Order: sequence, then C-alpha cells, then structure tokens
Amino acid sequence: MSTTRFVKGNEAVVIGALYAGCDSYFGYPITPASEIAHLASAYFPAVGRVFLQAECETASINMVYAAGAAGHRTMTASSGPGISLMQEGFSYMAGAQLPGVIVNIMRAGPGLGNIFPEQSDYNQAVKGGGHGCYHSIVVAPASVQEMCDLTRLAFDLSFRYRNPAMVLADGVLGQMMEPLRFPEEEALPDECGDWAVRGTAETRGNMVTSILMDPDVLEAHNAMLEAKYEAMQADARAEEYHAADADVILVAYGICARVARTAVDKMRAAGIRAGLFRPITLFPFPRKALLALTAAKKRRILSVELSNGQLRDDLFLQFGDGTPVELVSRLGGHLVTPEQIIGAVAAGKAPG
Amino acid sequence: MIRMEKILKTRGLYETFPRKGGNAQGATHYCAGCGHGIIHKLVGEAMADLGIQDRTVAISPVGCAVFGYYYFDCGNIQAAHGRAAALASAVSRVEPNSVLISYQGDGDLASIGFNQTFQAANRGDRMAIIFVNNAVYGMTGGQLAPTTLAGQKTATSPMGRDTATAGYPVHVCELLDQLQAPVYIERCSVADAKRVMQARRAIRHALEIQRDGKGFALVEILSPGPTCLHMEPLACAEHFINEMEKEFPLGKLRDRAAEIPAATPDTTKYPTLNEFFGVKVGGDVKGSGPRADVGEIRVKVSGYGGQGVLRLGLLIAEGAQKAGCSASWYPSYGPEQRGGDSSCAVVISGAPVGSPVVAEPDLLVAMNQPALDRFTETVVPGGTILYEASVAKPPARHDVRLIPVPALAIADKAGNAQAANTALLAALAYHRLVPVAAEALQAAAEAGFTRKPAALKLNRQVFADTLKWCAEQA
Repeated sequence: MSTTRFVKGNEAVVIGALYAGCDSYFGYPITPASEIAHLASAYFPAVGRVFLQAECETASINMVYAAGAAGHRTMTASSGPGISLMQEGFSYMAGAQLPGVIVNIMRAGPGLGNIFPEQSDYNQAVKGGGHGCYHSIVVAPASVQEMCDLTRLAFDLSFRYRNPAMVLADGVLGQMMEPLRFPEEEALPDECGDWAVRGTAETRGNMVTSILMDPDVLEAHNAMLEAKYEAMQADARAEEYHAADADVILVAYGICARVARTAVDKMRAAGIRAGLFRPITLFPFPRKALLALTAAKKRRILSVELSNGQLRDDLFLQFGDGTPVELVSRLGGHLVTPEQIIGAVAAGKAPG
Repeated sequence: MIRMEKILKTRGLYETFPRKGGNAQGATHYCAGCGHGIIHKLVGEAMADLGIQDRTVAISPVGCAVFGYYYFDCGNIQAAHGRAAALASAVSRVEPNSVLISYQGDGDLASIGFNQTFQAANRGDRMAIIFVNNAVYGMTGGQLAPTTLAGQKTATSPMGRDTATAGYPVHVCELLDQLQAPVYIERCSVADAKRVMQARRAIRHALEIQRDGKGFALVEILSPGPTCLHMEPLACAEHFINEMEKEFPLGKLRDRAAEIPAATPDTTKYPTLNEFFGVKVGGDVKGSGPRADVGEIRVKVSGYGGQGVLRLGLLIAEGAQKAGCSASWYPSYGPEQRGGDSSCAVVISGAPVGSPVVAEPDLLVAMNQPALDRFTETVVPGGTILYEASVAKPPARHDVRLIPVPALAIADKAGNAQAANTALLAALAYHRLVPVAAEALQAAAEAGFTRKPAALKLNRQVFADTLKWCAEQA
C-alpha cells in the first residue's frame, strides 16, 4: 500500500494537479473554492512552480489560455459566478484547441445564490457554456481519492484532445476528508513543440488563434471539433453499483452518487432491487454503458441531482426513445437524503 | 539596386504574408495611411536587431492588430478583447526566458482591458506593451474610444464627445506612472519622420528591457488613422501633431532601466513532490485490509467552536482508517451550519463509505447543551449519546445508551479545560464505541503534539485520567 493520508477534497485536487505535472496555477478567490487557491499558493512555489492570484476570473482564464498556448499543464479553480465569468475563455480555448484544467466547486445559484452545494452548473459545464459550438471535457469526482485521480485524468484528457477540461465538484466533496492514496509518480512535461508558442527557436513559427475568417475553413474546423468530441466517447467512464439485476436504477454523479449509494444499500437490505449508475465523465457522457443497462432489462430510472432536472434532461437525450426518467432533487444548498430517494422509489410504480 | 533592396528589406516581419490569405500577400490588411504599418515595422526591426525573435511571443488581442500573427516573425498568440496583458503575464511566468510583446489598441487596452493592463503594470510583469492610440475604435467601425478627444465625432458620438456624459480622454501613461513597479513609460507619435525616429528609439528601448528581463515597459504611440477618422492623410497627421499632442503630450514619463540589473535564471533546487509531501514510494502505511467485521457506524460530534470538535471527529476518522476501515469526515457546512456552533460527521465502515453526511447518527458526541438540544432526537434507537456531564439538561431518551463524562472537569483538573475533547476521545475508546483500539486512538491524538511537549503531557494525563474515571464507574 502506498502512502495514505487523510486530506480534504480541495487539497486532493491540488495534490492531483501537482502530480499531473501542473506547473502553474492562476486563480481568483471565491467561496467555496478558495481553499484550492490557498493550498496552491502554499504548494506550487515551494516546489518551484507558478502561483499567481489574478485580478479577476476573466484574467485567470486568459492566463490559463496563455500558459496552455505555451504547452504547459496549467489550471484555475472557481465556483458558479466566477465560472460564468470565464466562459468566453473556455470558448477561446476550445476554438484554439488549447489544453487547461478548470475546477468548479459548484455552489447554489442563480445569481449570488449561496455558498452551499448544488449541481446546477451541469448544463453550463457539459453543453459548452460559452459562445460557439464546443464542449469542455467534464469529469465528476465522488470521493477525495477521485478529486485527486480525476484531476490527473482531466490533465491527461485535456492534452490528449487539446481541449479545456473541467473537474466538476461541489462544496461537500471539497470540504470532506477521506484517506488519499498519494500518486507517487510525477507526470512528465508534454511534447507539444509542433503547436505550442513558448518563446523558443523550435516554436517560433507557431501561432495560436481561434479566428478563421473564411466560412469554409471555419465550417471545416467546426466539423473537425465535432469529430473530436465524438472520438472522446472512447474515454467515457461510468461506475455501476448493484446495477446488473436492478429493477430501479438511480443515476447520479458527485456527492449525489454517494448519497444514492447509501440509498441502494438500504433498499437492498429491505429487499428492493435497486442499483446505481454513476457517470464519471459527464462529457463525454458514458452513453453506451447507460444504454446497455436499459437494453438488457426494463427498469425504472431516477435521476438524483442537486439541480432542476438538468441531468434528467440529458438522460432523456441519451435514451432518445421517450424512456421515462423520474427526478429526485433538492436545491438551495440542501442535500438529497437516502430517505428522500427511498421515498421516491416507494412512491413510484414498479417497472413494466 | 542591391543597396536599395537592403534598405527596404523588412526585418523581423515575414517577407510575405500567406497567413493573411487572398492575392495581395505582400500588403498588410491595414487601411491606407494608418500608423500600424509603421509601428509593425519598428517593432519587427527592433526584434531582429536585438536578436530576440526566437524568444519573442507577440500577443495580438481583438482590434485592428488582431492579425499581428500575419506579420510578426516570432511566436504568436491571438487574444480575446482586452486580455493581452493577462496572457503576457502568464507566459512570462511559465517561460522565464521568453520576451513578451503585447500589441494593443486604445479600446482594447484602455477600455475593456484596462484592469488587465493596470494589474500587469502593478505587478511589474515582464512585457513590452505597444499601445497604439488613434483615439477611435478601428475594426468595429469608428466608435468612441476612451482616448477620443472632447468634441470628437465618432460613430457613437455623432454630435461629438460630450464630456458631461461620456467622460474625458483617458491618459494611460499618466495613470500607470502612479504605480511603483513599471520600469519604463513613454508616449511617442508616428505622425511625421522626426516623431517616427523617436518612436523607433522608444520601442527599441522597451524591447531591450525585455531582452534583459527587467520588467514592465509601455510605449504609447499616437497613431494617425485617416480612414476611421474620416480625414485626408496629411490633415490627419497635422491633427495628431496639433490637437492630439495637446491632450496627450509626448515624452518619457519614467525610465528606470539603468538602475535595474538584468534578470538571472532561478537556480534554486526545489524538492520533488514525494520529498515535499513526505511520500515514501512503496508506502509507509500498512493497511490491515478490509474489515468485513465492521458495519457502518455514523457519528456526529458537536459543541462550541473552539472546543476541538472538528479535531475530535478527525481523530476518530483517522484512527478508524488506520485500523483498516473506510472513513470519511465532513464538517458542518451548508444550511446546517449555525453561528458559534461547530459540528462534524464521521462515517466508519468496513466497506466503502456512501454518503458522508450524517442525519441520523448511531453515535452522538455532544460537548455542550446546544448540541444535545439539536441532535438528541436524531440518534437512531439503540444508538449511543456520549456527552459532557455538566450540562444542565441531560438527554431524555430511553431507547439509546447514555454515557455522561465530566470531560471539562477532568481536563480542567489536569491543567486545561481545552483538552475536554481528549477526555471524550478516551471515553469513546474505553467504551469501544468505534472499532478502533484505545492505543490507536491515543496515538492519533498524540501525533499532533510531537513538537509541543507540554501539550503532549497534558493530553496524555487527560487520556489516562478519563480511562481511570470510566473504570471507576463500571
């Protein structure tokens, strides 16, 4: 067993980023993501890496854009309102095909809302959020270990596809502590001399831009991006828990998946065949795995989320055949409880 | 003839501009008579003459010069409107040997992007900003710019700039000159040959400062734009000399280049991540494997802020993890959090932990009366409440096990009531309320005091006294 230590989810993100080879952090404080900036400011310079508190989120994301343009593994972290301010930058990064990792510790909205957990940035995260046709890669950790491991994955996917990647988490995952198994091995810098602009003789002829004035060229560029997003399906990930024989499938990500897991255990103990389908990547959505579940057997599907059916609507899209999906949700900073889920399952009809 | 070609040969710019597309690949996309062409040439020449093209990254934000990468023979990054300085700040940090040129217009720099300009200047970030001021938006079609003169007609000030409603021309150099960090600030013009030569010297100086890694430099250049100002070229040049310079006087506002030594590479030897985090490859923790014997135990710890509530919860969780269990710790957060109170949830399990949130605890550790008032009723039947014995109103539940402990008194007697959380931990260990050996819990408690011998001694005393007290009650 490797070195294991009790850490907060927010710390695990920073540790994961460092072991992923992230050499620069640019960010602006906002609750409940500030702790990531605090730790980054303590850790990054101490190991010879860059930390800069930017003047605003717009600057942060443009700094990420630039460090990504220079071929560096770079990141920022924020929450709802700050993430909204960054959307122009995500669009530029996607258009210019630049890597970079953005951590969103979601809070409750809209507007200033409050600092308590919600998952209401789902649509913004997985549908693009900024202008133009694009997607960010979105990973959704559900444990402290995954706050570390999926941050690393986000960097890998971000560079593999040269596309922004978001770690979509919430205040519970950020604040909770669990054992973290340290990664041990540091990732090496990426080979990107053929596209990056870094002030070297090798990269002098390179340029990074998202302007394509010719409509034919821009349309072809968009088609290439679409093909890239489709190719990402190869990296879609999901976890299933007691799903194979389940009559009732709960679909949930992040903290809701943890609550749903407890609900599944309680229902199984009471003789109800319940299971959990947990998307680990929200974009690319693990479509095949989900459809395989419903193809194998007729089941009731419940979307468990801290938003107003944003995940449920995506499930409608994934099924595409009118498969009903029930909604179990709380908003405003409240959490879904196992009892609420069990109550919703009991109130509904049996499948078939 | 050969000599003539040598004179005319453009240095630091591409010989032709294929990135521009179209047929006229020797011409720029700028309007006739616009100062951009001259300024591009001055920047290119300076880059070439200083031998910094390989090191240079030119940043071209939205504006007429957004296509700077058609021309500048160096690395090029196109930027969103107003954000060029932020880009330069980032590249200067991740590529310490790079030279940054941020080439910006007046709308971009002084309106939408002023804060980025101002903050980069205030940090003294390594970049040369070439600030092209023609007093109007060009690319978007001649609208009011922050530098538009009072009374000047533009597409969005058709009656002339009314300073009562649209404010006054913004003096960027003078504003930035209020800051400590910038190395060099100068305002020039390219309205005639003499002025072009001064602009040439200024741009070259700004790039020398970058070559030597000395810091922030800004050269503002008054740049006639006859097309977007709807003027004849000569009249436009005269307007720039006679009117613009009244508002924006030429001259050097500061030059600290001579006082600042050239930058030297950072040769610090930094620790590896494993060294920094104390990670031993191969591991320093022996896991005892999954604990099939342990079911799920949900714990709530609550008391006043400052009583060590969160730490007590964490010690329980860490102890359980070291004993081979899965464990989570979650501080009260969200609507549950109330001023002055502190509480946390700990879940221990032989299997992976599901929800880390505890609404109905198996075990409540209550350090004060409000904790009992809030949580007594939430404890599951058959559960346990371990609580501070001195509370005024002990819990009234007959279906749970009640364990009062005079934690405050024991800790106070040993020397500090602050150690009451240790007393509760010891009682919890004595009664085996969690599947962790008493020694392991004590070791976890003491781990935090390795450099505080007095605190360690007190902690040990409280732990022993509590075990003794519990044994006497049995």
